[in-house]
Amino acid sequence: MNGLTPGFADPVPDAQACFRALLDAMARPGRVQRLAALPEAPAPLAPAAAAVLLTLADAETPVWTDAGPAAEEWLRFHAGCPLVAEPGSAGFLLAAGGLPTLTALEAGTEEEPHRSATLIVQVAGLEPGEGWRLTGPGIEREHRLQVEGLPRGFLADWASNGARFPRGIDLMLCAGNRLVALPRTTRIEEAG
Amino acid sequence: MTALGYNFGYLDENTKRMIRRALLKAVAVPGHQVPFGAREMPLPYGWGTGGIAVTASVIGAGDRLKVIDQGADDTTNAVSIRRFFAKVAGVETTERTGEATIIQTRHRIPETGLREGQILVYQVPMPEPLFRLEPRVAETRRMHALADYGLMHVKLYEDIARHGHVAISYNYPVLVGGRYLMSPSPIPAFDNPKMDRMPALQLFGAGREKRIYAVPPYTSVKSLDFEDHPFRPVRADAPCALCGSRESYLDEVVVDDKGGRMFVCSDTDYCNTRQAAREAAE
Ligand SMILES: [Zn+2]
Repeated sequence: MNGLTPGFADPVPDAQACFRALLDAMARPGRVQRLAALPEAPAPLAPAAAAVLLTLADAETPVWTDAGPAAEEWLRFHAGCPLVAEPGSAGFLLAAGGLPTLTALEAGTEEEPHRSATLIVQVAGLEPGEGWRLTGPGIEREHRLQVEGLPRGFLADWASNGARFPRGIDLMLCAGNRLVALPRTTRIEEAG
Repeated sequence: MTALGYNFGYLDENTKRMIRRALLKAVAVPGHQVPFGAREMPLPYGWGTGGIAVTASVIGAGDRLKVIDQGADDTTNAVSIRRFFAKVAGVETTERTGEATIIQTRHRIPETGLREGQILVYQVPMPEPLFRLEPRVAETRRMHALADYGLMHVKLYEDIARHGHVAISYNYPVLVGGRYLMSPSPIPAFDNPKMDRMPALQLFGAGREKRIYAVPPYTSVKSLDFEDHPFRPVRADAPCALCGSRESYLDEVVVDDKGGRMFVCSDTDYCNTRQAAREAAE
């Protein structure tokens, strides 16, 4: 663990503060949350993405990531989570370099839709007020969100994910200290 | 650790993480019951262990907590839970609905409309809305998976055939997001319409059954009914004897040893606020 950067400075209150931001993010899809208490995660981990895993992952949650050995070592040490090579067997996925195929991830079952993966994706930018139109539970009328850095074809994949409700994965987008959650119930329309 | 040697919020961090993961999935699938494997709470069931487990996993030092039992802030149960969290989480407490960030409740929804950013935590004795009609857990899970709620519609229709109306005054079943049948916990049916598209986040914790479920803000919550027998919330046809409200849910209370009775608001904060406003105006 030589050279490992620290996790949360004050783990109990920092995890609580992060969880509240996540809960608010899931309850209000598309609203940009700024996480205040952030760990010193090694590159290429975005601080918000690292904070999510410190808050939610542990020995019971297999994690998949493409962020490389330094990130893996850091996660193993600070979150205590097992790392898996197969995206389909992960409870949490942290994608730093591209989007895994959504249909290859655990989507839960009709009886146990909660046994589905949560995919954390690092993106280049998250801006509220313009871009996509989001509707669904948690949204009074619509939320607008501009996301930079997702591949073409994402919206079609997301629509397919929503079509298998109650099965489906849930998404968290992170950029720097910013975070947006998109539960499987959120419908996205291209700006227009 | 607090000065008393408890971890903040009483639960250990592993348990909180497990409950937090369950809460996020519960919000992602509105109305679906998510199991959680928490250790035993140091409280007897019926005391609100499920609600306490949820509150303990959510609460932070900056929160202001209100606890109500049947609408009242001053019952033994409500006072004890408030003191518990003041001790183990060091949070401020309040009796004012508008000032609270988290409201833990047993059997009522406050009369004062809740707003964005507030969290309402329900203590749930029995999370399964179908349990009286179908005792087999595997079978109720299958019904939820298929959204096969015919059994409940038949029960309600039999009520109407027998009594001319649905004979459920508490724990009246609701459909969440047009998909999941959900127990609103034993709140009066009068409170059901407050759940529909509520701006606050609603979280439900069942301690004995170890289930968590949730309704995100602005989510449709419909009381089951029929076109020719629409759902009608009922309240006693009287004004509150203390504040005069004709809108609030009323409790009938005995006022003397000669059997004298009167109707008063079940929501003590709402009633006290109205009485204070009336005195100030006089
Ligand atoms: Zn009153």
